Amino acid sequence: MDLPIIAAQAKVDTGDTAWMLVATAMVLMMTPALGLFYTGLVRSKNSLNTFMMCIAAIPISVATWALIGYSLAFDGDGSLIGGLGHIGLQDVGFEPRDGTTIPHLVFMAFQATFCILTVALISGAVVERMRFGAFLVFAALWSVLVYAVLAHWAFGGGWLISGGTLDFAGGVPVEMGSGFGALAAALVVGARTGYGRQALLPHNGVYAVMGAGLLWFGWFGFNGGSGFGTGNAGVLAFVNTLLTPAFSLITWFALDLLRGRKVTAIGAATAIIVGCVLITPAGGFISPGWAMVLGAVGALPCYAVIVLRPRTRVDETLDVLAAHGIAGFTGILFIGFVAQFAWNDVADGLFYGNAAQLGDQALAALAAPVYAFVVTYVLLRVIGALMPLRASEDEEAQGMDVVLHGEEAYSSGEGAILVLPEADGRAEVPVTPT
Amino acid sequence: MKLVIGIVRPEKANDVLEALYRAEVRGVSMSRVQGHGGELDRVETYRGTTVKVGLAEKVRFEIAVSDPFVEPTIEALRAGARTGDVGDGKIFVVSLERAVRIRTGETDVEAVTPVGE
Repeated sequence: MDLPIIAAQAKVDTGDTAWMLVATAMVLMMTPALGLFYTGLVRSKNSLNTFMMCIAAIPISVATWALIGYSLAFDGDGSLIGGLGHIGLQDVGFEPRDGTTIPHLVFMAFQATFCILTVALISGAVVERMRFGAFLVFAALWSVLVYAVLAHWAFGGGWLISGGTLDFAGGVPVEMGSGFGALAAALVVGARTGYGRQALLPHNGVYAVMGAGLLWFGWFGFNGGSGFGTGNAGVLAFVNTLLTPAFSLITWFALDLLRGRKVTAIGAATAIIVGCVLITPAGGFISPGWAMVLGAVGALPCYAVIVLRPRTRVDETLDVLAAHGIAGFTGILFIGFVAQFAWNDVADGLFYGNAAQLGDQALAALAAPVYAFVVTYVLLRVIGALMPLRASEDEEAQGMDVVLHGEEAYSSGEGAILVLPEADGRAEVPVTPT
Repeated sequence: MKLVIGIVRPEKANDVLEALYRAEVRGVSMSRVQGHGGELDRVETYRGTTVKVGLAEKVRFEIAVSDPFVEPTIEALRAGARTGDVGDGKIFVVSLERAVRIRTGETDVEAVTPVGE
């Protein structure tokens, strides 16, 4: 009787695979969407550099993930770190990944898009002053030393998942990893010139809102795909990804009204992201009803940190800590209270008679921030000892786009003189009468 | 009565405003301009197209002041805008023939003296 079931489990399911292929592409799109969101929030002279940090996260993370990161995260069930069996994508083929009904290749690609997004997220802490080269080095090392390790703990068979911690789509590696890593990065790189003295304002609110909207769309793949198929868990997470951010938005509107008598667009963009992050760890584990509560209540600590952080000297520029670290932390803990076996077939939380689940969640909520903060801090100190992390004050004044990339986002072309390519950047094109 | 025109780096505009405020110079106009003052050209590349950009973004202050305020205004502009590198900008002082405050019809020195002083 057992035999047919085992055979069925070892087979690739076409429906599941079709959805996961789409979900992977949707999550990949979240990184340029994040670039758009971040770009809208910085000054115009740093637009391209900010976008480029997100774009650069794609090739860097894909390379490190394929070469070593995936293996360390998902090979074997070592307590702290995975094995080296999948280095260079060895033995990653068409056969289904253990515990899923999708090809191992698709599973690897889906997880790769998570690593990319997380590396892109952390750039929000250091935009407008970090040198591009130093960021590339940091991104490559961080994707292995922090992301792959946390992914192993929470997803790949490490001590958190084997100890019973529930993390559906990455509250530990993606959200707390980027959020608390971002805090460390902001502390090491230091504040922007003029921070706390001059107004350093978003230059395009429309980009920010559009980026947030595209992120929400992509997040249906992110959470909905984390069930690795079209089963109940994925469906539940997909629908909860609709519910939670909607209720975060309502809370945010109310808080904006109470605080400043006006509902702000950039606040709304932030609320969408906070809502999506809140439901990320909890997506497939809590009922739709609790998902709505999570959206409404979970937005409160994030809002508080966003209001209080600019009063400190810490220039964690785009509030990755509040929107990802604090929201991920809240979502992870929330599971410990309201997880429901009737909905998730895995475990109950405190409210349904299983207090131990809250302990497992609290462990993750403590371990992930500490690991992400400490390793990020040390890593950036080491890189900083080898190369300058940030641009000079003068370069910062000119803007990263011109200084680091030799381009402007909003070039008018006025006063620009064409240079003949063969003249090695010296000779000007003679002006010919028309 | 003079019109003081200061053309400065955009990133120093806030420092200039701060210095003017300290010098108790209150009436200020500010506009974005593009100019060239001898600094090095920037080279930019867009795909295959390489260009030299000779014009740099600057901010232009225009401040009409009575005679006792001319020197403090110039000092404030210099203090706020100076970095020591080529491209810090220029200050021009020109004579003003007339000034009229539109709301009250006050003229000349009264017109350039801020309300409440």
